Amino acid sequence: MTQTRHEPTGQAAMKMHQLITADGTRVGDELLDPFVQDVDENTLTSLYRDMVVIRRIDVEATALQRQGQVALWPPMLGQEASQVGSVRAVEKDDFIFPTYRENGVAYIRGAKLPGIMGTWRGNMNTGWDPYEVNMATPQIIIGAQTLHATGYAMGIAMEGKEAMAIAYLGDGATSQGDVHESMVFAASFQAPVVFFCQNNHWAISEPVGLQSAVPIAGRAPGYGIPGLQVDGNDVLAVLAATRWAARRARSGGGPSFIEAVTYRMGPHTTADDPTRYRGVTELEEWAAKDPLDRLRTYLLNAGMLDAAGEAAIAADADAVAAELRDACINIPDPEPMSAFADIYVDAHPVLDREREQYRRYLASFAGQPGAGHQVQGSAS
Amino acid sequence: MSKLSLTQAINAGLRRAMEEDPKVVLMGEDIGTLGGVFRVTDGLMKDFGSHRVIDTPLAESAIIGTAVGLAYRGFRPVCEIQFDGFIYPGFDQIVSQVAKLHARTHGKVRMPLTIRVPFGGGIGSPEHHSESPEAYFVHTSGLRVISPSNPQDAYTMLRQAIASDDPVLYFEPKRRYHTKGEVDLDAALSAAPLMGAARVVAPGTDVTLVSYGPLVRTALDAATAATADGVSVEVIDLRSLSPVDYAPIMESVRRTGRLVIAHEAGKTLGLGAEIAATITERCFNYLESAPVRITGFDIPYPPSKLEKHHLPDLDRMLDGVDRALGRTNSQTGMED
Ligand SMILES: Cc1ncc(C[n+]2csc(CCOP(=O)(O)OP(=O)(O)O)c2C)c(N)n1
Repeated sequence: MTQTRHEPTGQAAMKMHQLITADGTRVGDELLDPFVQDVDENTLTSLYRDMVVIRRIDVEATALQRQGQVALWPPMLGQEASQVGSVRAVEKDDFIFPTYRENGVAYIRGAKLPGIMGTWRGNMNTGWDPYEVNMATPQIIIGAQTLHATGYAMGIAMEGKEAMAIAYLGDGATSQGDVHESMVFAASFQAPVVFFCQNNHWAISEPVGLQSAVPIAGRAPGYGIPGLQVDGNDVLAVLAATRWAARRARSGGGPSFIEAVTYRMGPHTTADDPTRYRGVTELEEWAAKDPLDRLRTYLLNAGMLDAAGEAAIAADADAVAAELRDACINIPDPEPMSAFADIYVDAHPVLDREREQYRRYLASFAGQPGAGHQVQGSAS
Repeated sequence: MSKLSLTQAINAGLRRAMEEDPKVVLMGEDIGTLGGVFRVTDGLMKDFGSHRVIDTPLAESAIIGTAVGLAYRGFRPVCEIQFDGFIYPGFDQIVSQVAKLHARTHGKVRMPLTIRVPFGGGIGSPEHHSESPEAYFVHTSGLRVISPSNPQDAYTMLRQAIASDDPVLYFEPKRRYHTKGEVDLDAALSAAPLMGAARVVAPGTDVTLVSYGPLVRTALDAATAATADGVSVEVIDLRSLSPVDYAPIMESVRRTGRLVIAHEAGKTLGLGAEIAATITERCFNYLESAPVRITGFDIPYPPSKLEKHHLPDLDRMLDGVDRALGRTNSQTGMED
């Protein structure tokens, strides 16, 4: 069988668009520059603030998992620029179709902390009203959301509206049939959809080279969709690239594919052990390209940020973390009968009967402290 | 004899099968370097190489579909689906290709695939990680469906599945992955009980309680608890879900006159429905009361904070036993 490839090797590397280098230097990019001309000092510091806050959210949520307060958490550590840069290019009327890792996107989009945490704590499936924040439920089935985004975008086009859908996906997802079919449909119907792929280099333990022999963004042209590779740790470049794609979508230009080249610094989820499959040197290489550090250096050098400003941002982030912890541990356990809620819109006699049977069953324990049997060794 | 956890027993079964037959190859997501998300394939890539323990791209339809091609070519692929809820992208390949190719080619082509699926709830996971999709496959002719409940069966039944020339879905009770038990690694396969055979795991005289996979342990606990109430429950571990081995169930029901069936999957058209109907057809004259099903609800698997309600536990089994015995139970007065 073929050897596992770490990086795509089948095609010469694509041009990776960048605006701020790893050492914090602003560089020019012909395609992207026009999309960030309005970005002033305020916007830049707010992009930085957003990244600091979501990193803080990530650290706090990871700690809560370790303390047994949430069942599982998918860290976004290292991907802050991709999440912040992309979602900040999304307008209110656009619709976001995320994976499970876009918790930073959800926060910036306006989802409330108890909702974000409730999913991972096991209290609820979705912690926000999709129509309130124009963001779909987190998607665990790899790739499925790309079809939903494409269909949503086809709807926008049919209504003649100026809006778009954006689908987030990982590098691993690009192997799924759903993703390929969504690109076929998007191209056939010129749907205003943006495929935003965060190539964080790993699909659990599998390196990106196993999923794609060519740079991921290089696949899109085969479907008739322009593909753009952007430095996913450069928040300004991600913002510009997503605006580029958004403008294409809104102006009737059809679908675009962005590959944000980034890196997952943490484990896949808190249940994963990355030391089994990846080396420390790789981690060190990517640590040197940290998305927060480079913007911070740039802002400090440009005199847009000073110690007081940093302290204020850190205090904001701490406050969000405290709010998150508080929100998380105070989410009430769901009421048992809520398991039967919202399964059907119309009455369903079979389920209604089941619900009534279970209500009676629970009632049969009424008045018994610590109701039910306890048998040693039973994990049920 | 060695004391092994269920995961270790499966690992040992895979290892033995690979040693015995060079045509056995493993395929799946993350099964190589990582050893699988549950570490079931731990160490196998190191020992057998990446051409036999194949880390595939992230695509279930392709995992099953390429295994079909390998089987055409004489291999015996063992596919890992990472979690129950991720089998659906591969569903078409399983029901339209794997299950039917033997019949479609008039017996010329064999599909000796084994598809391993960690299944069931009780581990506090988010959506799509706790499902019990076995009925879809039981409903599809051309497939065999089995589920071990203990390490010894896990080891032996897996080897039998791999050795079988029919496609086998092997449902692993993931919440029992860490359950330990004695495993005889060297007993001859030919001497072991067939993978299609059900087994009485606790004898009893008043009620027959049938279950499989993760709930067998719970059923045994319920039988113990029932003793305290003076009720003798016979517990049967189904082991094979397709085909169901009816002989020991019928033999038991003819003695006890009462049948309770428990599974985690939803009630409607679940395996319990099939067993209740069949036993009613075949043992009607022996039944003292209607068969009772204790199952998950007909709801999408709920958020984990609610799963203790959804999953049949010891008390719900006892409540079902009470129903079968005509004693007062939670549903008394709900006769229509
Ligand atoms: C259909 C399906 N198969 C398998 C899984 C198990 N799984 C969860 S995340 C994951 C890796 C995803 O990698 P990628 O698309 O690169 O996204 P990332 O997690 O790196 O953000 C896998 C295999 C799943 N959720 N859905």
